[in-house]
Amino acid sequence: MSKPLLPKDFATSQEVRWCPGCGDYAILKAMQKFLAETGCRKETTVFVSGIGCSSRFPYYVDTYGFHTIHGRAPAVATGLKLANPDLDVWVVTGDGDGLSIGGNHLLHALRRNVGIKVLLFNNEIYGLTKGQYSPTSRVGTRSPSSPAGSLDRPLSAGAFALGAGATFLARAIDTDKQGLAEVLAAAHAHEGSAFIEIFQNCIVYNDEVFAAFTDKARAPQHQLRLRQGEPLVFGAANEQGLALDSHNLCLEVIDANREPERVLRHDAGNKLLAQLLVDLQDPVALGVLRSTSGKSFEHAYYESLPGNFRRSASINEALRNTNTWIVK
Amino acid sequence: MSTSQTRQSIVIRLAGDSGDGVQLMGSQFAASTALHGFDFATFPDFPAEIRAPAGSTFGVSAYQINLGAGPITTAGDAPQVLVAFNPAALQASLPLLEPGGLIVLNSDSFTERNLLKAGYDHDPRHAGELDAYQVIEADIGRLNMEAVKPFGLSKSDSGLCKNFWSLGLLLWMFDRNLQPIIDWISRKFASKDVFRDANIAALRAGHAYAETAELAAALPQFAVDAAKFAAGEYRGITGAEALSLGIAAAGELAERRVLFCSYPITPASPLLHRLAQLGEFGVGTFQAEDEIAAICAAIGASYGGMIGVTSSSGPGIALKTEAMGLAISAELPLVIVNSQRGGPSTGLPTKTEQSDLYQAVYGRNADTPIPVIAARSPGDCFDAAIEATRIAIRHMTPVILLSDGYLANAAEPWLLPDMSTYERIASNPAPKPVKGKEAQAQVFDRDSNTLGRPWVSPGVPELMHRLGGLEKDLHSGHISYAADNHQAMTQMRAAKLAAVAAFIPPQQTEIGPASGDLAVVSWGSTYGPVYQAVARARRMGRAASHIHLRHLHPFPANLGNLLAGFSRVLVPEMNMGQLASLLRDKLSLQSESFCKVSGQPFTIDELYREILRQLPSGSEAAQ
Repeated sequence: MSKPLLPKDFATSQEVRWCPGCGDYAILKAMQKFLAETGCRKETTVFVSGIGCSSRFPYYVDTYGFHTIHGRAPAVATGLKLANPDLDVWVVTGDGDGLSIGGNHLLHALRRNVGIKVLLFNNEIYGLTKGQYSPTSRVGTRSPSSPAGSLDRPLSAGAFALGAGATFLARAIDTDKQGLAEVLAAAHAHEGSAFIEIFQNCIVYNDEVFAAFTDKARAPQHQLRLRQGEPLVFGAANEQGLALDSHNLCLEVIDANREPERVLRHDAGNKLLAQLLVDLQDPVALGVLRSTSGKSFEHAYYESLPGNFRRSASINEALRNTNTWIVK
Repeated sequence: MSTSQTRQSIVIRLAGDSGDGVQLMGSQFAASTALHGFDFATFPDFPAEIRAPAGSTFGVSAYQINLGAGPITTAGDAPQVLVAFNPAALQASLPLLEPGGLIVLNSDSFTERNLLKAGYDHDPRHAGELDAYQVIEADIGRLNMEAVKPFGLSKSDSGLCKNFWSLGLLLWMFDRNLQPIIDWISRKFASKDVFRDANIAALRAGHAYAETAELAAALPQFAVDAAKFAAGEYRGITGAEALSLGIAAAGELAERRVLFCSYPITPASPLLHRLAQLGEFGVGTFQAEDEIAAICAAIGASYGGMIGVTSSSGPGIALKTEAMGLAISAELPLVIVNSQRGGPSTGLPTKTEQSDLYQAVYGRNADTPIPVIAARSPGDCFDAAIEATRIAIRHMTPVILLSDGYLANAAEPWLLPDMSTYERIASNPAPKPVKGKEAQAQVFDRDSNTLGRPWVSPGVPELMHRLGGLEKDLHSGHISYAADNHQAMTQMRAAKLAAVAAFIPPQQTEIGPASGDLAVVSWGSTYGPVYQAVARARRMGRAASHIHLRHLHPFPANLGNLLAGFSRVLVPEMNMGQLASLLRDKLSLQSESFCKVSGQPFTIDELYREILRQLPSGSEAAQ
């Protein structure tokens, strides 16, 4: 038995080339720690990425890795997962790669429930191409390609995933080690597609874009930490709670101490609740929003093929399995 | 008039509305032809619309078959027999027909309304314009209705049987056994007794009608000489069938499973449909969300150790272009099948063309060489698929296999190969991990002859490495933007293409000597008509040779020398001269182009006349 791997064993010889202070460093560190602590094997773990800052990720993890082309990582990962369902396949993408040029592939990978774990680093900006607005940028974002402010309404990554039928949706913040570790573990344990939106700070082109809820001082009042079966409460002393405003069919913030019986309990199996939580602007819901069981695409695929996709007949037979005639 | 004619070969064209079941009737007649020991070639010629407006000339669906003693390599130039289900079918097909030919008309379709829809302002049957032909009229619609009446089908369902009624008539004309068709109908409609019985009744009724000669003019019976085939076991096969079986066979030879990833597109979809039935042969199919996803999933499968195959037609291939560059950069095997059709843009989805040669050879950003090969006949698609896979795995490269709409749908008799005679396809094995040497470098340690790298997939311990589209160091495999290194990597990719040339067989001539006055050079599906035209020219004393190219990029190493031995080189192509340009580019060879882009294959006759134009007088006894 070889000795257990340490986080540093998952580092490659390659110098990490993100900007100093980039949120990607924290995510990389959390991932290497997760892999080591979970006992993941290097040879059966694969990181597949597209193009962008986030997509350099595979070069820095000493597992198998494939840095593909812009937006197409979910499609490559789907083929890989069909070729070898036993692999742990992680897809690393960004808001431009995954939701703009590659939106179609992400949609269909989630719809099919391919057993890939998608980490979408959302920084609401194009970093590698030097700061243009992205599909998640807020209206009015000033950038080199939108000097007067962007006009496009932003896409919600989480709502997109739910709309695509994702069986697992979680959110975390790049520098939140604990929260990130928890959702990585939950995603890893999930059978089908797992989609994790990571709020990632681009220190150069969009610094502090998520500060309204990630800032340490503001976090308790503006972050809702989801735990399965636990009440939906937040605030320094968990004094605020979420209840259903049944008249307007929306969530409302109530005093959790005064009306504890009205505070909702989290149920990731409830799709309607996930839809309400994903749209919540303040507080922002973090953790596992949605998790429901369902057969992964690759398992259904293998079961659909004769002999679980094993060759059981010779082609010489196939050629002759029709009307033939003999010429003497 | 003789009621029994003996011939070497005969061309029959069936034509009707898109919904008349002409394609089914044709393919069943072809199956019968095969079982009776004839050589044959077919040409399904149908519109892009599934059910074009009934009675219109643009909605005419036709099926042409050339059968006889052989060798038969085309579906024939001018039909000698036409079965026309309506005035539009007559209008569209009459210009093709050989003078003196036989026309069988479905006379109860010749209503004023149908005549108008076909663009006739009169009835051609009574205007003298059919005088040059032998015309047999039968109320096929009414006679069929009577035959199937006992089965209580709706009027429209009853009408659907008329293709089998007509097939019965045709089978009598060619003295064929009905039983194999009856067996086929019984299998096809196994769960629908009424349809089974009605179609069989229609078939028998058509046959009996011909036999009992209720016709004014005697229906001729044709005796066609059977083919002199080489001994062996045969079947009829279409290009799509042969290509799908070839892909499965390549997987077996390589001892790897195949993942075929595709997005529906005409005329490539039959390949997806066929392969979807070959699961027990280790073939999986994946219908992707788009063309790009299809090739990317195939690349992912190859990365994972299966043989990744993707397929499309020109417009879809265009979308896959960027991903082809990734497969080249990552040095992964991949087979890309292009069933070519007429273009540009959506163009002529159901009509054949070979105008994607530039796209295959040159159509990518940067210096991104890809081997390109082409299949020449329906049966040849089998070997072409194996050859494409062999090159892809040996050299760790994507390979483009060109087919076309004609090949995909056309059928011919095929001598069944014996798989035990095929060389197995060996992969470059994963290296043994070496202490002190990075796995990254080991997986890019290329074979010095093929320049193929070891095929290492996730799951193999100790060889974890990173692949990607960024330029990498020639030796270490790590990302490198160094100037000298990019030069070296670009040269390595060019050298890999040259290495392919060292493995492919030298170019031979199909017919004629290896030097002389005229070489007629063809590629792809023009093989059939070019072969026949050159053979005819040689019988007429013209010193022409036929050279057919399987390998288009790179060319066989001896091709330049071979062609230099001819005074003239004629290149007939279903495009505006793309192979001629390629010959000029790669071999500095000046040739004469003979181009046709009508959506129809070449006829033997037009090629023969072009050869005569090139060689006005006989200069050599051919035999």
